[in-house]
Amino acid sequence: MAGFYLAGMRGIWSRTFELSNTQGFGRAPLPRSYTDYLGRKLFLFLLTVQGLGAFALITLGVILQKRGVARNVIGPRIRQETARAGVALLPMFSFVALALGFLVIGQTVSVLAKVGATNYLGSTMVIVIVRELGPLLAAFLVLARIGTAHVIELGTARAMGEIESLEALGIDPVHYLIVPRVIGMAAGVFTLTVFLVVGALASGYLFAFLQDVPLTPGDYFKEIINALGWLDFALLALKSLVVGFFIAIVTCYHGLAQPLRIEEVSRVTVRAVSQGIIVCVFIDALFIVLYLLV
Amino acid sequence: MNDHPNPNHAETALIEMRDVTVATMRDSSFAVLENVDWKVTPGEFWLVAGQQHSGKSDLILLAAGLMPPARGEHTLFGKDPQSFGEQDLTQRLRVGVVLEASQLFSHLTIAENVALPLRYHKNLTEAGAADEVRSLLELMELAPLADITPANVPANWRRRAALARALILKPEMLLFDNPLAGLAARHVFWWTSFLDQLWHGHDFFGGRPITIAATSDDLRPWQNPRRKFALLNEKKFAPLGFWSDVESSGDPVVKELLAVHPETVT
Repeated sequence: MAGFYLAGMRGIWSRTFELSNTQGFGRAPLPRSYTDYLGRKLFLFLLTVQGLGAFALITLGVILQKRGVARNVIGPRIRQETARAGVALLPMFSFVALALGFLVIGQTVSVLAKVGATNYLGSTMVIVIVRELGPLLAAFLVLARIGTAHVIELGTARAMGEIESLEALGIDPVHYLIVPRVIGMAAGVFTLTVFLVVGALASGYLFAFLQDVPLTPGDYFKEIINALGWLDFALLALKSLVVGFFIAIVTCYHGLAQPLRIEEVSRVTVRAVSQGIIVCVFIDALFIVLYLLV
Repeated sequence: MNDHPNPNHAETALIEMRDVTVATMRDSSFAVLENVDWKVTPGEFWLVAGQQHSGKSDLILLAAGLMPPARGEHTLFGKDPQSFGEQDLTQRLRVGVVLEASQLFSHLTIAENVALPLRYHKNLTEAGAADEVRSLLELMELAPLADITPANVPANWRRRAALARALILKPEMLLFDNPLAGLAARHVFWWTSFLDQLWHGHDFFGGRPITIAATSDDLRPWQNPRRKFALLNEKKFAPLGFWSDVESSGDPVVKELLAVHPETVT
């Protein structure tokens, strides 16, 4: 970790996870065959995975190693980023929670009540909302609203030479720019997931109630509570934190970890969002396996 | 003020380059300067002149340890800056860098920009750094712009804010990349006289002389008999000597950088 500073850090970056190699692949002549094409895509994928992994490890290392450094500067930055990726998104999440409740849960409850299958209500809600839709939707919304901002801000800062300025001032760019964003986004995705799940479940019953479904609030919430286990709470928390961490890693990586020109920022933003979605789905799949195994 | 810049440590090199090849920041395989031999000792004021794309910015970035040489040996305060780690942070902070585009942080105000290195390295709150920042801003006539973000500040003043940010930690050496480029005449005068004060020891910084190395694409504002000059041309770093040597140089590039009429260029 000691070598992160300044040129040392730049050297590590360029050797470890800058996309100069992938850009080289991108500039390579057109493939002559499908195997060449697939091979090139595979190399690009592996290099991206390597870069993201290295960046994630470096960020984790800086979080642990510098947890007490410049607390009066980094502390307010973390609070600011947490507010941006959490509190500031509450109005939008309120709307999405209502919409999710009305459109999905209300109809599900109504159909289950009609066929007399309210016994399955709890497990259906837990699988659909608590395990899958809630965390995934929260992650996608935070990625769209805050992740894109990360890429643009960091990409512009990189293109304008602000990163070199930080290094010249002896300030670790990962510590100052990345750590607050990663912590803020992980905390934001976690809290917004909880908010979205609770809001969707509540508004879903409201919709079912308006449709005269013969189900009391007590029965509705009892079914859900009975279907919830400690594993759901633990994995929901873990999943949302991991997804938030990796969305931040992907977006910050694309904004910061490679030299950019200002005109490249938009292209990199699109790529970061695409990869962010893939990472979310991949983590979601891993957690499905985890649910099945435990 | 001290009239004789730091003669006591004349043998100690702050920056030393031996047979260095300087590559560009974006492409480490593209050399802009080759076989650079340069030694900056305490108390010196170096002015490295060159035309556009002659490698001025990359030389300064390399000298500051912000990028590695493609080849050769480079030391900063006697140590390879590529090996600087956390424990060498104090060494790192002995040098301040001002880049051509100022590179202020766009999300911070001028005062916050200037305060950032002080707050970060001394773990100060905003209030804790306020007095020192205010004094420096007043010294540099930046106080009226303190609460404005860089995008809303004219380029002349942004450059000055970048200097204030570099000075807030009171470095021993300052490196400038083309500091006078595009500045209005009034600001050029302010800069040259202020840098001379820093070089000789400004009272605000305890009278300690600051070693300075700057690049420029115009030699005219830098006239001073005690400054040392060098020229970047055709991938070479060529020491020119003092101002008298610059004036008497027959090199057409030097004459161009002195804005001598083309007909007189041999």
